[in-house]
Amino acid sequence: MLDYVKLLILGVVVVCAAIAANYARDVAYLIHMIIIMLTAAGVFIWQLRRTGEPAVPVPTHEYMDGPIRAAAIATAFWGVVGFLVGVVIAFQLAFPVLNFDWAQGYLNFGRLRPLHTSAVIFAFGGNALLAGSFYIVQRTSAARMWGGGLTWFVFWGYQFFIVLAATGYVLGSTSGHEYAEPEWYVDLWLTVVWVAFLLVFLGTLLKRKEPHIYVANWFLLSFIVTVAMLHVVNNLQIPVSIFGSESVLVFGGVQAAMTQWWYGHNAVGFFLTAGFLGLMYYFIPKQAERPVYSYKLSIIHFWALIFLYIWAGPHHLHYTALPDWASTLGMVFSVVLWMPSWGGMINGLMTLSGAWDKLRTDPILRMMVTSVAFYGMSTFEGPMMSIRAVNSLSHYTDWTIGHVHSGALGWNGMITFGMLYYLFPKLWNRERLYSLRLVSWHYWLATIGIVLYAASMWVTGIMEGLMWREVDAQGFLVNSFADTVEAKFPMYVVRGVGGLMFLTGALIMAYNLWMTVRKGPARADAPATVPAE
Amino acid sequence: MSDDKNQHPEEQILMEGDPDTTGHVWDGIKEFNNPLPRWWLWTFYATCAWGLLYTILYPAWPLLDRATPGILGYSTRAIVAEDIAEFDAMNAPIREQIEQVELAAITPADNPDLYNYAIQGGSAIFATWCSQCHGSGAAGAVGYPNLLDDDWLWGGSIDEIHYTISHGIRNEDDPSAHYSEMTAFDEILSDEEIASVVQYVLNISGQEHDATLAGAGETVYLDNCASCHLDDGSGDRFLGAPNLTDAIWLYGGDEAALEETVRYSRFGVMPPWSADASGAGRLSEAEVRSVSVYVHSLGGGE
Repeated sequence: MLDYVKLLILGVVVVCAAIAANYARDVAYLIHMIIIMLTAAGVFIWQLRRTGEPAVPVPTHEYMDGPIRAAAIATAFWGVVGFLVGVVIAFQLAFPVLNFDWAQGYLNFGRLRPLHTSAVIFAFGGNALLAGSFYIVQRTSAARMWGGGLTWFVFWGYQFFIVLAATGYVLGSTSGHEYAEPEWYVDLWLTVVWVAFLLVFLGTLLKRKEPHIYVANWFLLSFIVTVAMLHVVNNLQIPVSIFGSESVLVFGGVQAAMTQWWYGHNAVGFFLTAGFLGLMYYFIPKQAERPVYSYKLSIIHFWALIFLYIWAGPHHLHYTALPDWASTLGMVFSVVLWMPSWGGMINGLMTLSGAWDKLRTDPILRMMVTSVAFYGMSTFEGPMMSIRAVNSLSHYTDWTIGHVHSGALGWNGMITFGMLYYLFPKLWNRERLYSLRLVSWHYWLATIGIVLYAASMWVTGIMEGLMWREVDAQGFLVNSFADTVEAKFPMYVVRGVGGLMFLTGALIMAYNLWMTVRKGPARADAPATVPAE
Repeated sequence: MSDDKNQHPEEQILMEGDPDTTGHVWDGIKEFNNPLPRWWLWTFYATCAWGLLYTILYPAWPLLDRATPGILGYSTRAIVAEDIAEFDAMNAPIREQIEQVELAAITPADNPDLYNYAIQGGSAIFATWCSQCHGSGAAGAVGYPNLLDDDWLWGGSIDEIHYTISHGIRNEDDPSAHYSEMTAFDEILSDEEIASVVQYVLNISGQEHDATLAGAGETVYLDNCASCHLDDGSGDRFLGAPNLTDAIWLYGGDEAALEETVRYSRFGVMPPWSADASGAGRLSEAEVRSVSVYVHSLGGGE
């Protein structure tokens, strides 16, 4: 019966998408409707061929690792894509001639920039969080994923969201909200997928066989719940036409700006911080084979972090139309957030006490620890930059870009690489990785790449901040904007080189993981994919 | 598995001297019962205390219809207003001098301070009020003169530029505005005469032309156009009549544009900018003088 309902829904979607494509008012919408139509038609045929077949028995005594494998592969794939686009736009900034005439309107900096940010945050980071949360919630709950095939729906639905978002950017469909650029129908689809994600995660937690919920799951749950709230509120918009991609936000002026940065900052806070702390809290104790340093600290810093983070957004709007009182509160909450953020760093680093010697021999653990170190640095730098006086120098400069990347490349990137190196042998039942030597190469390329990136952006950021504010004795600005662009050129090249090294490391990782699956020796002992009974 | 901890796969093995754990095990992971690090806790308290104090000192807590103003009276807007007032006060003597000194004396050599103020202030005024028509780089557009070259309709000396900016051109707001009006020859000349005079202008401006028509056009030109554009076509700045022999064209110098100009004439206007001279403009005398010096410095000043 359920199969027929699915077929009916898919059929209706195909017809509606075809009608919508016919009446499309813009190119992005037209192509999106065709993509939706073709995808729904493909799934329809796939579903039709399955209907009536005898049901394959579900191995309820095993963990559901299929979606984790898929998400782990997607993480590596989207990572390489996102880093590649990042390197391209870094060089486009250094050498504007790379904004080729023939690619204007599709592959120029303005179109590729949101493609890069979304690819690394939501495609690379998002898939890492899907893989990590599916893996962790099953293992630490000793329970198979709740909801049957719903977990597969979450995975494929999320990939579909990524495809719609990415094609939309290149075709010029954007809501203009940083990190929330997808248009209304893509937002609606993500909402459906996200609710399914929440359901499978909560369902698995509820049927856990452990008496307590492991700390990693607190962080992952807070990430899922908060991102749902952020996404819905920041995308409260009314479509201009049901047959077009344009929409109008219900908020206007400074309220819209404040909502946007409440969203934007908490995308960092809950997607890139809380979610990845969830990964850290599982994979570091596993890789180090040492207990978590302090349970008390994990409780206190978890609650302090999620309470304080949500108020910090106004620091993105210092010295704007935002009232002074909101600016003050944003700054104060950001500074108070410093120690709660560092709680995660302490718990991550101190978990290694008694196992520090492993850093010499285990490049994967080294990667994870470096990640936590970058986390600590970024979560100090962030509160500092939120202070109004510092912000008056740093805001709108490359310093912000450097800050974001030391966090994203250092913290999110490195912990994800560590997770993938941990997961691949486990998920494909390999005894070990194909090559630890290649992991070392990846580690050093990535680390030096990040250092080049962050250092060059500090230099240009502080330099351009000083140049912008420099006035002569009569109070006139000394430098024009173009002067600062010219002065930044050498550092832009250094930044591009750093990004290229980071990308090279990721390619080495992709090769290493591929070879692990293809050539790695199978594990001798029985696979430990059995939930406890 | 939850009952018997030993059944966990890969359960973490404790070492000699390890602190107590909480007793829970998740997939082999244990947790130590370590206390909060003292330095962490005290730093956290310190930031909280600082935060509370800061919100008392600065505008912070929203109330029903306003927010607490903070006891320091801090306001970003007030700070900006103060900064502006401070620089205004500091530069008051310079502004006064600019209004009194002869324009030709505002040069880097004679009056470096005045010159810097005029150029910097003038470029800001230009960007605010002039760039809409003349372009941010002052290169002009069709119908709006390029200010970077040495071709001037109404004169390129500093005093002439100052007069043009003060009073404008062909506007109804300032009786002292430059005024002249080219005749529209559509009804006056025959089609053949218009065609021939266009060829003549193409000829004297050194462009490709029909020599036979241009020959006939010379008479038409001398009878109808030379009174303003002069016999040799070099134009008359007193009337704002453009030079027709060079390659610089306000409305285009090709055949079609020239025919359009001859038939229907042109009537470009510029507003008066001086508030002092006629009461019609928006800029103070110091500002008009600053932007005059700036425009004069762009490359074509005489």
